[in-house]
Amino acid sequence: MTSNKEVIMSDAKPLGGRIITPTFVICLIIVGIAGFYAVKRLIFGIGSISNMNDGFPWGIWIAYDVVVGTAFACGGYVMALLVYILNRGEFHPLVRPALLASMFGYTLAGVSVFLDIGRYLNVYNLYLPWQMNYHSVMFEVAMCIGTYIFVLWLEFTPAFVEKYKLTKFGERLNKVIFILIAMGVLLPTMHQSSLGTMMLMAGFKLSPLWHTQALPLLFLLTAVFMGFAIVVFEASISSRVYKLGDETPMLSKIARIMVWVIGFYLIIRFQNVFMRGEMALAFSGTFLGNMFLLENLMLLTGLIILAYPNNRTSPRLLFIAAVCILIGGSLFRFNTYIIGFDPGTGWKYFPSIGEQMITYGLIAFEIAAYTLFVKIFPVFSSHEHTASNS
Amino acid sequence: MKMKRREFIKGAVGSLALASASGAGIANARTVQALPPGAVGILYDSTLCVGCNACMAACKKANDKNPEPVNNPGTWDNPQDLSASTLNVIKKASVGTGEVKDSPSDGYAFIKRQCLHCIDPSCVTACPVSALTKDEETGIVEYNKNACIGCRYCQVACPYNIPKFEWDDMYPEIVKCQLCSHLIEKGGISACCSVCPTGASLFGPVESLIEESRRRLQMKPGKAYEYPVGSIDSGETHSFAAPHYIRHVYGLEELGGTQVMYMSAMPYKEFGLPAFPKESFVSMASGIQYAIYKGMVYPLVVLAGLVVMVKKNKKSEEAEGHDQQQGGDHE
Ligand code: SF4
Ligand code: SF4
Repeated sequence: MTSNKEVIMSDAKPLGGRIITPTFVICLIIVGIAGFYAVKRLIFGIGSISNMNDGFPWGIWIAYDVVVGTAFACGGYVMALLVYILNRGEFHPLVRPALLASMFGYTLAGVSVFLDIGRYLNVYNLYLPWQMNYHSVMFEVAMCIGTYIFVLWLEFTPAFVEKYKLTKFGERLNKVIFILIAMGVLLPTMHQSSLGTMMLMAGFKLSPLWHTQALPLLFLLTAVFMGFAIVVFEASISSRVYKLGDETPMLSKIARIMVWVIGFYLIIRFQNVFMRGEMALAFSGTFLGNMFLLENLMLLTGLIILAYPNNRTSPRLLFIAAVCILIGGSLFRFNTYIIGFDPGTGWKYFPSIGEQMITYGLIAFEIAAYTLFVKIFPVFSSHEHTASNS
Repeated sequence: MKMKRREFIKGAVGSLALASASGAGIANARTVQALPPGAVGILYDSTLCVGCNACMAACKKANDKNPEPVNNPGTWDNPQDLSASTLNVIKKASVGTGEVKDSPSDGYAFIKRQCLHCIDPSCVTACPVSALTKDEETGIVEYNKNACIGCRYCQVACPYNIPKFEWDDMYPEIVKCQLCSHLIEKGGISACCSVCPTGASLFGPVESLIEESRRRLQMKPGKAYEYPVGSIDSGETHSFAAPHYIRHVYGLEELGGTQVMYMSAMPYKEFGLPAFPKESFVSMASGIQYAIYKGMVYPLVVLAGLVVMVKKNKKSEEAEGHDQQQGGDHE
């Protein structure tokens, strides 16, 4: 049992169990294939495995792995916000699993960036004061994400401390954990909104359905509700897979918060498009117009499901709503970075097999690492552990 | 796509969501760049261009780039557009039957595409590691491969789609015209201008080039005038009958202005040159960024606030946790 002295201890437990499951093996195979393409990219250049070009300098490695991927990894951010800033301690059991997923999500976004940038050995220039460009949104995003990856690992460190009984280190960590948690709230707030600011610079190349001064705010809001949605999504799956007991009461409370955030988002989104006089484009029946509608329809569907208190008590409907919201939010981000982007010189882009494989590999790695960690480190707090867990 | 100040402030404040007290400082968030004192550039007059491509060959030689026999292997160099080995390209635009040179109907005309060396360059603002810089004296936008991390934000940001990337290189660079700064340093001029036989590509101080463009706009169409060749102060000239210029010098005001400017008798949109507002996209994006972060002061203040809150909440939560433990089994 946890001792009173070590206050950072949680009542989380490693799940144990077989590590080499079929899922795990499949994931490793995909990671292996991605590894092949990664090596090819390092030797023969980005062009050798990707369809990116001078018109579409950013492909899915940025648009999916970083821009959508880090939104999926905002679970740790929003749970920390909820528990430690808004003082909603009742959600504490959800913090650590969310943190773990965020940690891998962000780390792999970092790996993807490393493969994506051409001159990776020059990265140290970001840390040379005389090279830093404070006007560059890219600079801010790079620094924030880089630091946040580090912070996430430290935030998760209590799990290592508990596992390996590093009491001394644990006590020391406990003295600074406040700062880490605070940074874990501040940094995502900064770079998630900046991911929106980033595309302001694309100017006329980005369709007016997405190019707006409100992009930073919209990106911050999507990060928040996608963070909540991913917590619901992951908790639904893991409570089923690992038989953790019923978490629905907690999830339905989160769902209620999502209703407000998404409602707020949609009002701003439509008001903004309307005020700029682009509503006609949205309903013009063009591909871009339809993408805009689809993106918001998915969010609206999620919102409507969750708006009814009764639906929020159904694990199945919670899950479906979370999926709709994740798709809607991802589409918004994808549209902003690729689909609504047109440099206007006849350039086209569709991700190549190699490019896709790297992305699948990163996702597979994430799943494999997650399942591994929950088995060997204390991540989940089981609600019935007194009764069932071995 | 015009940005009104009010809208701008709204966006900035909205996105802030952190420190709403910042409203006051936003208006002067960022001053728009002015033309550097010794700014040099090129005035390209489409009506003088005969499409000989001498500038393209000279450019490749001066910048050590390979020819691209891509579209017709039987010929030496025929790039379709700017690329990682083509920093300067002469393209042809035609309308209707495309028979008469410089005629807006059924005519054709040439355009020289290259980096325009913007006065407020998006690429420079975009680059996280200052690999792209604007020379304070000459205003030339230069690239430093030793700093560049290859993120390609400059490509996304450049409104003219100028920077190109060596996609097929193991350790690629960004490639774009640097106005032959290496030659200018030694007292020379851009290679393309020094070989241009007609003065279509004219090198010189931007101020003088603007004056020259004004002179040309006042010429009587059909009457022969002397046009400077090479550099505006070279003393060499070429006699040519003035065309019917479009009454607009492209680059004079576009997105804050550029140091490479165009004159033409064919509407600029035929060349695929977009009609831009006077204000650059840069001022908007980096203005917001600047207003929010103000040299990292706001984030630090917010961080301090967050630390206090976390500390308080974590304490109270732990106290609760202990109570529960004392009470026997916690759930
Ligand atoms: S034309 Fe493009 S590359 Fe050249 S200075 Fe302007 S923004 Fe930079
Ligand atoms: S690719 Fe290089 S030059 Fe372009 S923005 Fe990135 S670091 Fe700067």
